[in-house]
Amino acid sequence: MTTLSTPARAVTERYEMVVGLEVHVQLRTRTKAFCCCDTAFGAPPNTNTCPICLALPGTLPLLNAEAVRLAVRAALALGCTVHETSIFARKNYFYPDLPKGYQISQYDRPLATGGRIAIGKNADGTPITIGITRLHMEEDAGKSIHDRYGGATAIDLNRAGVPLIEIVSEPDMRSAREAVAYLKVLKQILEYIDVSDVNMEEGSLRVDANISARLRGETRLGTKTEVKNMNSFSGVERALEAEFVRQCTLLERGEKIHQQTMLWDGARGEVRPARSKEESHDYRYFPEPDLPPLRLDRAWIEQIRAELPELPQARQARFAESYALPAGDIEVLTANAKLADYFESVARQHGDAKSAANWVMGEVLAALNATGQSVEHFAVRPADLAKLLDLVRDGVVSHSAAKQIFAHMAETGDPPQQIAEREGLIQVRDADELARWVDEVLAENPTEAARFKNGEKKLLGVLVGLVMKKSKGRADPRRVNQLLSERGG
Amino acid sequence: MAVTREDVVHIAALARLALPEERVPELVAQLNGILAHMDVLRKVDTTGVTGTAGIGDASTPLRPDTGPQIPLARPREAFAPQMRDGFFLVPRLATHETADEEETA
Ligand SMILES: [Zn+2]
Repeated sequence: MTTLSTPARAVTERYEMVVGLEVHVQLRTRTKAFCCCDTAFGAPPNTNTCPICLALPGTLPLLNAEAVRLAVRAALALGCTVHETSIFARKNYFYPDLPKGYQISQYDRPLATGGRIAIGKNADGTPITIGITRLHMEEDAGKSIHDRYGGATAIDLNRAGVPLIEIVSEPDMRSAREAVAYLKVLKQILEYIDVSDVNMEEGSLRVDANISARLRGETRLGTKTEVKNMNSFSGVERALEAEFVRQCTLLERGEKIHQQTMLWDGARGEVRPARSKEESHDYRYFPEPDLPPLRLDRAWIEQIRAELPELPQARQARFAESYALPAGDIEVLTANAKLADYFESVARQHGDAKSAANWVMGEVLAALNATGQSVEHFAVRPADLAKLLDLVRDGVVSHSAAKQIFAHMAETGDPPQQIAEREGLIQVRDADELARWVDEVLAENPTEAARFKNGEKKLLGVLVGLVMKKSKGRADPRRVNQLLSERGG
Repeated sequence: MAVTREDVVHIAALARLALPEERVPELVAQLNGILAHMDVLRKVDTTGVTGTAGIGDASTPLRPDTGPQIPLARPREAFAPQMRDGFFLVPRLATHETADEEETA
């Protein structure tokens, strides 16, 4: 968790930012919410469509059970109350990428309400928590591309009908950084429970923000605007800052804020009003006559709760307690569930958590970052890394040899012992051989040897290094140290 | 609850229907006629009847998360007004006439 503070800016110091976020998350199902079409990203346009998601006359929606399960799982992980009865509603609006002329969503009886998540700590150590107003199920619209063909808008309906959850927060965030912290925690939780790819670039996580400004100390909310078109976490942060400055400037001049939709232009670093008229807010919701209410059994909901994995904050607390690791290590190791699993497996099998943590945060993450691999597919399995750490602890290989062995393991996936033998990296502790290397080094470097023998102790390190080099990393540096010190007189 | 001419014009705009001025009075009358029937229904005694969004207590049925995709009886090209590179083409929206905007989310 990070410590958050309010950004200081001359023009905005007298004002407080108030932000609530609406996050759309694509659920990781194989098929769409109401038909059997594939949900895979990147298929040729309009190939994942059928009579239902093309809204051909006479078709009826049939709800995907897995979408319900994933939505309930997400709601429980966010601390929401899941309702035994929720109702689907038609949200009516006219747009060419919405073939039915309405989106199936939920309105006054959503799937879940009343959650809360912790996103960090204030400077005084008190937790910052953000309320979740509601979580409801809905279907996605298609995609409109306006700039590809002259005079025409191109429509791809592959995404139409893909299951989403919309997570609406309370207006509890007080800075752009808090908003980003909330999004990061939300994304991390959704990743841990494996309900979505939560990828902002591919659009499986989308964020709209409601933002208003008010004088510090004021308790009433100011007029809000909605900011859209933010495609990254940094985009969210910059867009909120820009809109806040715009609102503060207007308020300072005694002007009114108009409730409107603003679009973030990342290239220009500014927000501007959406050109489309916001009459579309007249959605004329009514209960979806094609779908009876969704009724869930309380026992089934509790079973989904029992199946939830350990969530990030619980895991962080447990890591602090069981492994006595510093907070910084814990943050890195629990960034995603797979990495945390990997670390725990190494730590359990090897026994020394701190050494396991150092290797996972150092060599393992460096190797993964270099190749872009994910930890589940990493060639070095936890059991083999644990064995390598055992070899270092037992003095069979030196630390520097272990790094070479690790590089081979990452390439071949071979076990460490085998690589150590094949590459001649088993540490030599044979007294005669070590003594021979030491004497050779002293003989080959007479000047340094003489100075060392005359009491220049700082040369010890240089000489140890030369012996290690001669031994190709196989000498036990502690023994070499000892032998040289004896000869130093 | 009477429908006004403003209601009719507003609903037509939401539905993107071109509505000639001279047809407005006729539609106001027709919609008010339909609502008058609601007044008849309102006379039914519904004491003790709770509101409902469906018939009976059964949940909406669920389907397993599997294919296969339901095939189309006719290819998309057969009913789409215009297609190109697999996309359905529609007239460029008035809000995007200059087309310097990103793809919509
Ligand atoms: Zn379909």
